[in-house]
Amino acid sequence: MTYALSDFTPLATEIFLLSMACVVLIVDVFISDERRVVSYVLSQLTLLVAALISWSMLGNDTQVVLSGTFVSDPMAALLKTSILLVTFGAFLYSRSYLVERNIFRGEFYVLGLFAVLGMLVLVSAHSLLTIYLGLELLSLSLYALVAFNRDSGDASEAAMKYFVLGALASGMLLYGISMLYGATGSLDIAEVSRAVATPGEQGILLVFALCFVVTGLAFKFGAVPFHMWVPDVYQGAPTPVTLFIGSAPKIAAFAMAMRLLTEALGGLFADWQDMLIILAVLSLVIGNVIAIAQTNIKRMLAYSAISHVGFLLLGLLAGTTEGYSAAMFYAITYALTAIGGFGMIILLSRAGFEADQLDDFKGMNERSPWFAFMMLILMLSMAGVPPTVGFYAKLSVLQAVIHVDIVWLAIVAVFFSIIGAFYYIRVIKLMYFDAPEGDEPLAVSPDLQIAMSLNSLAVLYLGIFPGGLLALCGAVLT
Amino acid sequence: MIDFPLLSVLIWLPVAGGILLLVMDGLGFPNIRPVALLVAIATFLLSLGLYTEFDVGTAAMQFQEKVPWIAALNANYHLGIDGISMPLIILTTFTTVLVVLAGWEVIRTKVSQYLAAFLIMEGLMNGVFAALDGVLFYVFWETMLVPMFLIIGVWGGPRRVYATIKFFLYTFFGSVFMLVALIYMYLQSGSFSILGFHALPLGMTEQVLIFIAFLLAFAVKVPMWPVHTWLPDAHVEAPTGGSMILAAIMLKIGAYGFLRFSLPITPDASMALDWVIILLSLVAIVYIGFVALVQEDMKKLIAYSSIAHMGFVTLGIFLVFTLMENTGSMQGAGLGMEGGIVQMISHGFISGAMFLCVGIMYDRMHSRQISDYGGVANTMPVFAGFMVLFAMANAGLPGTSGFVGEFMVVLASFKANIWFAILAATTLILGAAYSLWLVKRVLFGDIANDKVRQLEDINRREFVILASFAAVVLLFGLWPAPLVEVMHASVDNLLSHVIVSKLPGETGVALLGAGQ
Repeated sequence: MTYALSDFTPLATEIFLLSMACVVLIVDVFISDERRVVSYVLSQLTLLVAALISWSMLGNDTQVVLSGTFVSDPMAALLKTSILLVTFGAFLYSRSYLVERNIFRGEFYVLGLFAVLGMLVLVSAHSLLTIYLGLELLSLSLYALVAFNRDSGDASEAAMKYFVLGALASGMLLYGISMLYGATGSLDIAEVSRAVATPGEQGILLVFALCFVVTGLAFKFGAVPFHMWVPDVYQGAPTPVTLFIGSAPKIAAFAMAMRLLTEALGGLFADWQDMLIILAVLSLVIGNVIAIAQTNIKRMLAYSAISHVGFLLLGLLAGTTEGYSAAMFYAITYALTAIGGFGMIILLSRAGFEADQLDDFKGMNERSPWFAFMMLILMLSMAGVPPTVGFYAKLSVLQAVIHVDIVWLAIVAVFFSIIGAFYYIRVIKLMYFDAPEGDEPLAVSPDLQIAMSLNSLAVLYLGIFPGGLLALCGAVLT
Repeated sequence: MIDFPLLSVLIWLPVAGGILLLVMDGLGFPNIRPVALLVAIATFLLSLGLYTEFDVGTAAMQFQEKVPWIAALNANYHLGIDGISMPLIILTTFTTVLVVLAGWEVIRTKVSQYLAAFLIMEGLMNGVFAALDGVLFYVFWETMLVPMFLIIGVWGGPRRVYATIKFFLYTFFGSVFMLVALIYMYLQSGSFSILGFHALPLGMTEQVLIFIAFLLAFAVKVPMWPVHTWLPDAHVEAPTGGSMILAAIMLKIGAYGFLRFSLPITPDASMALDWVIILLSLVAIVYIGFVALVQEDMKKLIAYSSIAHMGFVTLGIFLVFTLMENTGSMQGAGLGMEGGIVQMISHGFISGAMFLCVGIMYDRMHSRQISDYGGVANTMPVFAGFMVLFAMANAGLPGTSGFVGEFMVVLASFKANIWFAILAATTLILGAAYSLWLVKRVLFGDIANDKVRQLEDINRREFVILASFAAVVLLFGLWPAPLVEVMHASVDNLLSHVIVSKLPGETGVALLGAGQ
């Protein structure tokens, strides 16, 4: 088999990222602890340049290369850019936290970069095997990241749970893929799609395969009833890792759903639509209701993430281009909001103190009106209150669902978003209405301050002018 | 069309002013209050331009601005006002000036945030009244909740957290269903234009569902019985300024919603279900009137009185169908609706003033219990004079603005159905009873205790605010013509729109014929 150079240009982002991850890995070995910041800066530069590369591919036509295993299309370009930028934000937040806890090591960034590489491969997968490869690269890096603070018992426990359940889910997915292969005789997504369109006698086998695939997918999303790992991992992992897990992988999971369900198994739409409806409704109910009972904000945000996945699935299950673009908008903006939310926990934490209890937010308006306001924006965005971007995310998803005449689902969704609003405004209540427990002002490093402010203002800006991103999400799918 | 984007200025000037206050405070600037007052007065003066430049001869939207906003949703930044929304905007800008003044010495903590919240809310409320695009309307409508939520929660009374979360969730509950209805209509009509929604043909089932969705949103906001329970809590706990804005403007937004959305978008459902609104309104008028009578907390009493008066507004608005059947003429049908709108504006002034009166006493005595007062007129004669005036206006005394709206609505309900009229007229008795009994217990009689003996009469600042309220209450009581005049064309237009059925195969002629 011969490859032309042009076969590799669509992979420019991945190749660059892989090379740089290796460079960081090697450089990190040779620098002393005092100069560890070099690895950090190098990783950040890598992400920025990679984001530029993938952004530049946005206008390119769809290209399938490497014997049909890899696809480069506008959707992939947009999702990759978002993943890279969100990860850039996640790394920005992580630095001071890691430094304060003496775990500022190059491995964090190397593992992070490999996780990103896994996501990029996943986004561009055009073969079931590529999907699996990307997913495993992502998952294994994440398992290691969760256990990154090796002296923490909670983190090790969380990593263990995550690994066991994650391995189970990967097994399910792989089993589903093997059945698909058996039924269609191919791993190529285009081939599978063709075969699924005319199922013939394979119908029942395909539905079986679909069940396993959806299970694997739901696990990655953290959709109920495959959500058990989410609260424990979110709570146990070091906050920067939680921040990372809670943001960019949601975008990757969305891409995986697009590749697997709509592209490969589009012919089984009627079957997976019903499955997703069940997942979505359960996620909305369980996520929103149980979040109310949480006192740990990381856990609360974990349940909130579950409920957001419910909303995201609504867009997917609409089964229209409008719905997919709404779900894409939802995934990207949710990731943006989520890094802000977890970033705020990092901002409030300091050496020897984790601000992961809701009570730690008490009286924040007294201590720092600016950051209280930033958190206000983020919470409103998660609750879907305008003028924040979360509102348009919900609006476009609801619109897609109502457009395909599943109005009852929209009603269920808005009803549970009212319940959801309660625990978000409770955070606002703590910040604005309660007296602070300690009155020391926040000591925050400048880069964190800038990151936090830009992040929240972006949520506000996109909430006032959402048109550009909405149009972009629509355009990359048509 | 004029070139100067007056509506945009009225929305964004206060918002920018609010942000400016926060920035000034952050930089350690003194003199926050005068700047806030300046912004509020400037906005008010500019809003008078709406009145002077307003063309009373047309029902078309005026001062329109239209800029593409979110292309993907076909949503535009589309503003415009007619005779219904114009007075409400002026009411908003007027009240905000007085609210800024009212908090002048009283608010001592986080002054800049307090004033900024009110200014930003002023802009947002102007936005609600001026928006002609569904998304824009919804954005203003929901965003408005946030400053109010903070105002009650940060500067409120002891049970403020309970009250403000209840307020937020109640209103949020109502509005999300409206959102579903807006999206549905967007998918039918292809744009979020409210005027487009007016022209959108809808079947009966759709209309009924949309009507219910709107009812949930607006009934909570008005508030109508039985979803009114957030209001007494919110009022009692809110700071004086918060209560003033809540009573004077926020409640009107619910009634405005009925006029701008429910009636023109779902005329057939409104006609079929007008009995629901009329029934709930009458319950509010009679039952809540009695509830107001037994209150021991002054703010609660006025809050319940607000609910009863808003019942009058919704009654007036939804009498149109019965009137049309009975009289067959637009003239007669317009009476109730115009009465309702006049009542909205008038109640804005009166309830704002009443809450301010309670606030003035509360600042001195730190109690809202009626039983802690007695004989205040002896120590605060000037104040007592004002409060008696507003209480009389609240009871609908001729010569005050309270009389005009109530009279029009009672007259209209007489034409519609004698029983409506009898029930509605009980408010005149009940209103007089609770207002005057309040005045009697608080102001008159012997001096009840030493605290009352030591009271000082109102200062110049308080005098100015109360006098401003008193002036408009008397002005519109003696000479309501300017108010009725500006809304006349718009109300007629709305009526002629409402009587035309949206159902295929039927026309409003049937309805008109039945009446003739």
